[in-house]
Order: sequence, then structure tokens, then C-alpha cells
Amino acid sequence: MSLSSELASRVRDGVPVALATVVAGPGLSRKLLIVPDEDPAPSSLGDSELDRVVRRDALAELEAGRSGVRHYGSRGQTTPEDLDDSEVVTVFVESWAPPPQMWIFGAVDFTAALARVAKILGFRVLVCDAREIFATGRRFPMADEVRVTWPGPVFDDRGAELGSRDAVCILTHDPKFDVPAVKGALATSVGYIGVMGSRRTHSHRLERLAEAGIDDPADLARLMSPVGLDIGARTPEETAISICAEIISARTGRAARPLRDTEGPIHR
Amino acid sequence: MRELLDDLDRWRVAGTRVALARVVDVEGSGPRGPGAAMAVSENGEVVGSVSGGCVEGAVVTESLAVLAGEREPGIITFGYSDDEAFAVGLTCGGTIRLYVEEYDW
Repeated sequence: MSLSSELASRVRDGVPVALATVVAGPGLSRKLLIVPDEDPAPSSLGDSELDRVVRRDALAELEAGRSGVRHYGSRGQTTPEDLDDSEVVTVFVESWAPPPQMWIFGAVDFTAALARVAKILGFRVLVCDAREIFATGRRFPMADEVRVTWPGPVFDDRGAELGSRDAVCILTHDPKFDVPAVKGALATSVGYIGVMGSRRTHSHRLERLAEAGIDDPADLARLMSPVGLDIGARTPEETAISICAEIISARTGRAARPLRDTEGPIHR
Repeated sequence: MRELLDDLDRWRVAGTRVALARVVDVEGSGPRGPGAAMAVSENGEVVGSVSGGCVEGAVVTESLAVLAGEREPGIITFGYSDDEAFAVGLTCGGTIRLYVEEYDW
């Protein structure tokens, strides 16, 4: 199997993989395929120490879902002093990380619209509701997975998968379901937690959460509620855009104002 | 490159030679980040994109030159601030570097 077909099959399967390519310096175009916890078919940049150092760095890039160039000595030197006497090898590390996840709790009208917009943005979407008649694959054909259960078990099973690129959206408005979902989400390192409901609903929810022992201000500050950016959204589809725009701006740290009214580079 | 896989497979099966251009570095403002890619077949078929349409034409020319053996694989730079840069630039004012090579690995 060629290097490219081995790479392609992993990218298609959605498993993490990185490809390092020498883009300048000795060994131009040589490649190294990097797969966490596995030894893929042998490939090399031309020096075993360089391979080792690049593999180490590429695993970190892969974890962060980042791609970019790095410079090394031709024998894997990384400190500037060691590079003085060596030719420089420029290596491009391209990462294919699994898609970010969005977990939506509550199979309500807004759920289908949010799941559709999330799919456009490349999320792997899970919909969860304890009510069997609502949480069906037929109602949410766009979801990658529909679970009929309470939030607790989902977080217990898979909460450790969630990281900074992922999102949890709680759309139920029902304390019975909201409280365990919020509790489960707060126990993960998920990057975004949106909880639907009016300001009134949210203040009642805060009381329910406090009764459940969730009152740490640092935890509560992670909750985006009412959910979404203030774009005047009314319909489920508009609300989905508002929520997803908030997720993007939370990730990029941007204030979500019209570009016309801001200054500086658009892409930072 | 993910979105190119089907076309790359198709060309490989057909025995068509292909050049692959990947964005490796972006300075300042740039519409697409590292990893954005396009592929150009020896017949001039193009898939994918590496910018908002600003430099694709020049990338096709360079890709075909690599396939024809008229230039070595290597980095090409687009951006107005660089003397070495190609005459075409990015309307957003940034600089992007692409690595162009034959897809034969």
C-alpha cells in the first residue's frame, strides 16, 4: 500500500493521522506518516533522529488539530545553537484530527435545525433525549448518533472524549433533564456549553443547580445562557445560526461585531 | 486535502499524473489556513482551492510546470510584500506559502 493510500484510508475513517513533508532543505519531498499509538508502514525523512523528533512534535500538533511548518537540523537538532553548523530542514506537518463533536440534549423543534447547521460546520452530532418517542433516528436523520437515555450515562461513558473544540448544547428547558446535563458537561473539558431558556428560566435553573450542589462561580461562568448571539433569531433555523456563531466566536475569542465596525486584519 | 481524496483516487486509477499544491504557511491575513490544498491533473483538471480565488490561476501554471519537469518541487510564495513573490497577490494583503509537488507517493 502506498503512503498516500494509507493516509487516505485513515483520513476517511476519521482516525487521527499526521503527515510530515520536507518542503525545503535536504531530503526535499521526503515524508513521514505519524499515527498515535501505532507504527504505520515505514516512512522516513532521511534520518532516524529527525524522524523521532518530528514524530514527537507532530503528535502534539495532532492533539491540538493544528498544521504548520517547523525547522530542524538535518539530524533532528532543535535548538538554535545546534542549528548553526547544520543545514536547515523545513518540515510541514499536516494534521487530520477527528471532527469536533456537538452533543445536543433534548429532542425538540430546535434540535433538528441545530444538528443540520452543526453538520455543515463539520461537527459529529449526537442527539440525546430520554423520551423514546422524540429521540428517533427518523426525526434526526442528519445526526450521526441518537441516544435514548438520560444525560448522566452519556457523560459517564464518553465525557472524557470532549475537549476544547467540542460543544454541548442543552435545549430541554426541563430541570429534570437540564440539571444532570449541565452537571455532566461541567465535569468535562468541553469548550462550549450552551443552555437554552429565557433569562427567567435560567435564573430558576441556577436555583435548581445550586440545590444540586453546583454553585461554583467558575463553573457557572462556563454556561452560555440564554444561548446564542443576539442577532434577533426567532425560528429554529435562525436560532441554530445564532448558537453556532456563538460557538465559533467562543473558539476564536472574537467579539462577533460587524467587520465594518472593527479594525485590523480580518483573518488573525 | 480531505475533499480531494476521491479525485486523487480516480486519477491514480486512471494513471493520470497529478500535481498537489498545499498551503504550508500563512502570514498576516489569509483566507485559508495550512492544509488547504488543490490538485491539478496533467490534463489541466483542477479540484480544491488554496485561497479565495486570488492565486489559483498562478498555482495551476506552476503545478503544470512541475508535471512538465520545467520546475522543481518546492515552495512558492504569494504576497505583495515579498520581492520574490509572484506578481499575483492576495486581495486581503497577507502572504501565503504553498508546497507544490507531484502526487506520486
